[in-house]
Amino acid sequence: MSEHRLDARRLLCPMPVIKTQNKVNELQTGDVLVVTCTDPGVLNDIPAWCRINGHEVISSHQRDDEIDIEIRVC
Amino acid sequence: MSKQYKAAALISGGLDSLLAAKVMLEQGIHVEGINFFTGFCVEGHTAAIRKKQQDKPKRNNALWSAEQLGIKLHIIDIVDEYKDVLINPKHGYGANMNPCLDCKIFMVHKALEWVKDNDFDFIITGEVMGQRPMSQRKETMPVVANESGAEDLLLRPLCAKNLPMTKPEKEGWVDREKLLAFHGRNRKPQMALAKEFGFEDYASPAGGCCFLTDENYSKKLVDLWQARSSRDYEMDDIMLLKVGRHLRPKPYYKLIIGREEGENKFMQGYTKMFTSIKTVSHAGPLCLVDGATDQDDLEYAAQIVARYSQGKNEDAVTLQINKLETEPYEVTVEPLTADAVKQDWHV
Repeated sequence: MSEHRLDARRLLCPMPVIKTQNKVNELQTGDVLVVTCTDPGVLNDIPAWCRINGHEVISSHQRDDEIDIEIRVC
Repeated sequence: MSKQYKAAALISGGLDSLLAAKVMLEQGIHVEGINFFTGFCVEGHTAAIRKKQQDKPKRNNALWSAEQLGIKLHIIDIVDEYKDVLINPKHGYGANMNPCLDCKIFMVHKALEWVKDNDFDFIITGEVMGQRPMSQRKETMPVVANESGAEDLLLRPLCAKNLPMTKPEKEGWVDREKLLAFHGRNRKPQMALAKEFGFEDYASPAGGCCFLTDENYSKKLVDLWQARSSRDYEMDDIMLLKVGRHLRPKPYYKLIIGREEGENKFMQGYTKMFTSIKTVSHAGPLCLVDGATDQDDLEYAAQIVARYSQGKNEDAVTLQINKLETEPYEVTVEPLTADAVKQDWHV
């Protein structure tokens, strides 16, 4: 189990979701991925993608113009 | 125990694809969704960029549909491959720059590849005969099946009874009697079915999320190609066509002028790729300059940008010009009058 980071800043949805999906497909069950984004749409879209694909959103933090979403691959 | 057959559903986020997938689920078919991102599916982008629209919901309708259906959704980036569809459509364009028939053929072809790679059995779409003038006519629906290579593996559950039997029907994987015979532009049958299934709050029944059907967007795309003497584009180009007012004072350069704070902020991310101009002495927009310009052009551009600033009625406005790989410098100019900003500059 390891932690990975993904920079999805300046991308508009659905690109952050696509990048997240493609990265998660490379990871192992139990791995954690932190995605950094600037499009506030990810606050809806990445959790929705996680729900329908069975992954867990551990946390989401918004600071200034950036959003970090922490995902556990299930 | 009988085999559970598997269908890949093209999910646009609209009502029809939602219903088509639900009809299959009701027959016990395992359904997973595929949503293709062409770069022109920019429905949510305006809301994401423009501050004034931040109160509007920014949900992705394809994800929402998948969640309502309880199915997986695979979002596939086809931005690069889609260029050839848009630039060289075999079947031509619709009312604007929308290559709807070629687009549908391409998407079904990509779905067929996915079906083969993932050991699925067939493809479903939410197409309804007679609903769209280009890709959903009686004459063109077989063209989609044939030219995509899907042939009889392409099932349209909402209008299947109007079409020849497909393999899933012939083989008994699905019950044709439980499929539908919707046709035409009347949306009432779909809305009634949505109610029957308990779907509320679905995306606009008019459907469609492609900016290529938008007249103004299409004009900007054609202008871009004409100015560059090349029918090509990058992702950044098609994003910037969505932002700001576009003015072309000379054939060889265009100004993209932010219309509000959210757009200025978004365009700020492009200031390392384009020469930019911003007002210093007054509140005003950020402007990106697309094209090769000399000093006189940039001073004239500064006068135009000043016209859209809070100092538009002043004698002088100071602006900062940031050329790539040079130090920023300031110019003080007289804003152009409203009359001097020619109507035919607006792209």
